[in-house]
Amino acid sequence: MKTIDLAESSIRELNQALHDQATECTEREWAVLNPRGQHNIACGLDQNLAVDIQGHAGYFCAGMNKKAHVVVHGNVGQGVAENMMSGTVRVKGDASQAAGATAHGGLLVIEGNAGARCGISMKGVDIVVKGSIGHMSCFMGQSGSLVVCGDAGDALGDSMYEVHIYVKGKVKSLGADCTEKEMRPEHIDELTELLNRAGVDEDPRSFKRYGSARELYNFKVDNADAY
Amino acid sequence: MSNDINVNPGLRESATFDRTTMAEIRRAADTGIYDIRGFGAKRKLPHFDDLLFLGASMSRYPLEGYREKCNTRVTLGTRFAKKPIVIETPVTIAGMSFGALSANAKEALGRGASMVGTSTTTGDGGMTPEERGQSSKLVYQYLPSRYGMNPDDLRKADAIEVVLGQGAKPGGGGMLLGQKITDRVAQMRTLPKGIDQRSACRHPDWTGPDDLAIKIQELREITDWQVPIYIKVGATRTYYDVKLAVKAGADVIVVDGMQGGTAATQDVFIEHVGIPTLAAIPQAVQALQEMGMHRKVQLIVSGGIRNGADVAKCMALGADAVAIGTAALVALGCNDPKWSADYEKIGSAAGYYDDYQEGKDPAGISTQDPELSRRLDPVEGGRRLANYLRVLTLEAQTLARACGKNDLRNLEPEDLVALTVESAAMARVPLAGTTWIPGQQF
Ligand SMILES: Cc1cc2nc3c(=O)[nH]c(=O)nc-3n(C[C@H](O)[C@H](O)[C@H](O)COP(=O)(O)O)c2cc1C
Repeated sequence: MKTIDLAESSIRELNQALHDQATECTEREWAVLNPRGQHNIACGLDQNLAVDIQGHAGYFCAGMNKKAHVVVHGNVGQGVAENMMSGTVRVKGDASQAAGATAHGGLLVIEGNAGARCGISMKGVDIVVKGSIGHMSCFMGQSGSLVVCGDAGDALGDSMYEVHIYVKGKVKSLGADCTEKEMRPEHIDELTELLNRAGVDEDPRSFKRYGSARELYNFKVDNADAY
Repeated sequence: MSNDINVNPGLRESATFDRTTMAEIRRAADTGIYDIRGFGAKRKLPHFDDLLFLGASMSRYPLEGYREKCNTRVTLGTRFAKKPIVIETPVTIAGMSFGALSANAKEALGRGASMVGTSTTTGDGGMTPEERGQSSKLVYQYLPSRYGMNPDDLRKADAIEVVLGQGAKPGGGGMLLGQKITDRVAQMRTLPKGIDQRSACRHPDWTGPDDLAIKIQELREITDWQVPIYIKVGATRTYYDVKLAVKAGADVIVVDGMQGGTAATQDVFIEHVGIPTLAAIPQAVQALQEMGMHRKVQLIVSGGIRNGADVAKCMALGADAVAIGTAALVALGCNDPKWSADYEKIGSAAGYYDDYQEGKDPAGISTQDPELSRRLDPVEGGRRLANYLRVLTLEAQTLARACGKNDLRNLEPEDLVALTVESAAMARVPLAGTTWIPGQQF
């Protein structure tokens, strides 16, 4: 295990050391001490590493992650795991806005709550939130799954495309073109698998599924009010 | 318009309700939805044609056209990037998406640009292997939609352009109608096939200039501070936007005036939002100068650039380079009269065609139809674009030498005068034959 103390090293030094592992992997396990809410910690990783961030992280932690497994033992700022491609990011605390924004793949687990716009424009990532999520979550979400064990705020799934949203608690309101959908056996299977991967102990049958009504997919005069 | 031969001269067309205006009212009444089209603003605007160069004579010394060098090479991204981009001519190819344009068109743009040593740019739809392969210098756009965005392509790029807006639609997001969302386009954007796709107008994971500074730092971290980061804005509050872009950490700022082309936008947006390119440049330059950043953060200007005179005038007003969209497409064959019969079949005419959103482009450029796309040979298209870029460069050099300049970037506002009061006020150069710059104290 290699340890980098951000009280002594810069973000640049940390990220460069982690990026260097993409060309030649000399160490798989990394610990990051004293992150103290700094931005852009462990972004752009491209190797099967295990990175343990021991404290709070700022914006864009683990941004554009590929292959790596990042755990944050604290809270994270805006845009955690934004545009992730693969690997996993696990946040032990709460996440601010735009968690998992535009991410194409991998698994993002938030053990606390997530703020507004969780999963905005998501493009294939799986996101599991143990707590609740804020308003406008999954706005324009394109693909992937969003699982919420608590409640969802206003305008869930506004203008969304093909994401599968599962919420256990209350949904304050649905956004334009988002609708409740039937939980068929394949959805129970998918959700069971997601909860297992995330290590979350919940009964898949207690969730409701939401998705796109697909009414706004093409311009129609009748929908003028929704535009 | 009332000078048509067959119209009784006693009939008078209204300047307010002219035939185009009336046709639009009928179209709106027929369909109930706003008009979406491509191309840029079609109304007459104060533009570079309203400026003239003061060639050298007694008080200034010209350079010999064929013997004395006039440098056109420009380095972009000298502020923070380890690897700035060096372009041999200051005319770059603007961002136009694969999706809006055919793969052949994208390839042709890459080929043409590479032949003359300039850069080309991806667009709202990700990077295709064809264009990466054919572009020696490729700028990768980072847009609100983030379609196809991925760290591998990011690391393959020679520069990253964070797009905040476009001159054709400052404040609006991209659009690509279902006709053009083929399997390949849909897959690259992770969207269902055939939908009318409307991209977001705001970035999903940051708001405001302070966040943008952190975002730019993230992009630099991901790319190990190697490549320049541009910020592109549509021209509106250009003075403030440029200041904020510098503060957010841009290496290069791209300002796109309201004439700038688009692949698909509401007509009302194209014609009524933003300021002319001419008005934007002095604002941008003033902002840079006040921050001590002129020439340190490079300025690229676009929107309605058609010839070497336009290029030289942009440079004289303080730009470091320009970008072209529409003109490059015309060089490839867009609106070419050789397709007249086909334009007529789809209710348009060569020289008027702007329905890029429909994907039926007879010239095979703004389409995803395989049959039509085949009409554009990327090798021949590339050759034509390279020729055109060479002409722009030669023309700009000719004007610079006439003004006694051995580098395009030595052109200055002092070399220019304006033909109209409006253009004098906007460009901040004197009305020809006077010392009067409207709006300035003296
Ligand atoms: C067909 C087409 C597609 C475009 N696509 C994009 C795009 O994806 N992203 C972007 O920032 N600008 C886009 N633009 C705008 C150009 O980058 C550029 O700002 C504009 O074309 C410059 O003005 P000009 O066309 O008068 O040269 C597009 C323009 C055209 C004509």
